[in-house]
Amino acid sequence: MLTITCPYCHEERSEEELTFGGEAAVIRPAVPETVSDEQWAEYLYFRDNRKGEQAEQWCCSGGCGQWFKVVRDTVGHEVFCAVPYDHVLASGYAA
Amino acid sequence: MNYNLANLLRQGVAGHRGWPAAWRAPEPKPRYEVVIIGGGGHGLATAYYLAREHGITDVAVLEKGWIGGGNTGRNTTNVRSDYMFPESARMYDLALRLYEGLGRDLDFNIMLSQRGWLTLIHDQHQLETARHKANWLNCNGVDGEIIGPERVREMLPLLNVDDDPRFDVKGAFLQKRGGTIRHDAVAWGYARAADRLGADIIQNCAVEGFDFEDDHIAALRTSRGRIEVGRVGMAVAGHSSVLTEMAGFRLPITSHCLQAMVSEPVRPLLDHVVISPGTGVYINQTQKGELVMGGVLDRYSSYGQRGTFPTIEKVATAAVEMFPALSELRLMRHWAGIVDISPDSSPILGATPVPNLFINCGWGTGGFKAIPAGGFLLSHQLATDRPHEMATAFGLDRFRENRLVDEGAAAGIAH
Repeated sequence: MLTITCPYCHEERSEEELTFGGEAAVIRPAVPETVSDEQWAEYLYFRDNRKGEQAEQWCCSGGCGQWFKVVRDTVGHEVFCAVPYDHVLASGYAA
Repeated sequence: MNYNLANLLRQGVAGHRGWPAAWRAPEPKPRYEVVIIGGGGHGLATAYYLAREHGITDVAVLEKGWIGGGNTGRNTTNVRSDYMFPESARMYDLALRLYEGLGRDLDFNIMLSQRGWLTLIHDQHQLETARHKANWLNCNGVDGEIIGPERVREMLPLLNVDDDPRFDVKGAFLQKRGGTIRHDAVAWGYARAADRLGADIIQNCAVEGFDFEDDHIAALRTSRGRIEVGRVGMAVAGHSSVLTEMAGFRLPITSHCLQAMVSEPVRPLLDHVVISPGTGVYINQTQKGELVMGGVLDRYSSYGQRGTFPTIEKVATAAVEMFPALSELRLMRHWAGIVDISPDSSPILGATPVPNLFINCGWGTGGFKAIPAGGFLLSHQLATDRPHEMATAFGLDRFRENRLVDEGAAAGIAH
């Protein structure tokens, strides 16, 4: 079972207590009117969908309710880091 | 060699030691006109229809593992065609009609059992949605009807309807042509037929990269050497994004784990395939007597082809909720496949940004039931360089042009 320690409430949560929010790099353009249709489609639909290490957004939905960032192996589900949402991930990970 | 009575007798007398391999194990040639990546049902069907419908036999199917060892061997073997929109209805019904004739086409018993697909209805909203769907199906010329709770009780005598069930049964949507198939037989039947028509099926051959010439793929770098190629077809389900990343573009796909499990075999107790939107579980009994059951997919992206305990717990408790008698059974096996979920729960078929690379992906949790159509439509694209008119609605361009075919509602289960 996938477990992640929430960087806000510091509790180890199981996958049942967490909500997956997709890839960390997927962020809604701040001013949607200014982006092209192409960029909007990329934001809405297109994904890296990495096999291996991937930076993601998760929510401690069964606990403190905070969103945070995680770097995880999508094959073995090893969690390399779980950090507050405004934390800048090491280079190589978008956003 | 065909599996007929004469051969069975002959081999039986000889102690079953003389059965030849059902397909060759050729060394890859340096060049093929068409290379299909992925030796699951969709890839093998593509090779078969390329030869049968279009006369193209200079074809290789590359499989990184073994034939049918991916999602073709990791599903719950259910088939149905109760999809809503006209584009989907035509395509999924093409798949079911091809399945209905496939045993004869391939001279291979795929053990198609059209025992009826039942989607239970638990409340007024589901009843209205089911009526809506049944009307759509009838408009599209596909069978599907609503039956009342008495008929459901007759069809499913062990269903928990009396003992104050958590999810009351108000009726069901029934597609009589839905049912089950022996999944391995689909892979083996297509493989044997494609091999006999001249296609090379190359197992243990992983694609590691593409060599480009201008914007075209000139060759594939594989674990068994470099293979030059005219056109490339790709049918690798959950691993589509991994391959298209090597080809330089992204897909609107996320890969998720879908799990299923099977009980020990018992005497016949469940004659139909049943899904409950209330418990989120679908269940049927195999011809060996095992109860096969599955639930919703894991909500986070995953390439891990194995199950998890929370899903076992959810599926097993829901199955017992529906059929209390199943609490006596032991689970025997449990498995997972990596499914390719698209934003509109419809497949992605045809052209890509690479002019000689064509895809078949995005079937999500419904890939097995679509195998004949997926192969038929990809072979048409590879042979004619144009999408089949049934496939035009499902191009990759639909996401940029905002023409989604939103079949989320028709999947009948919350994924």
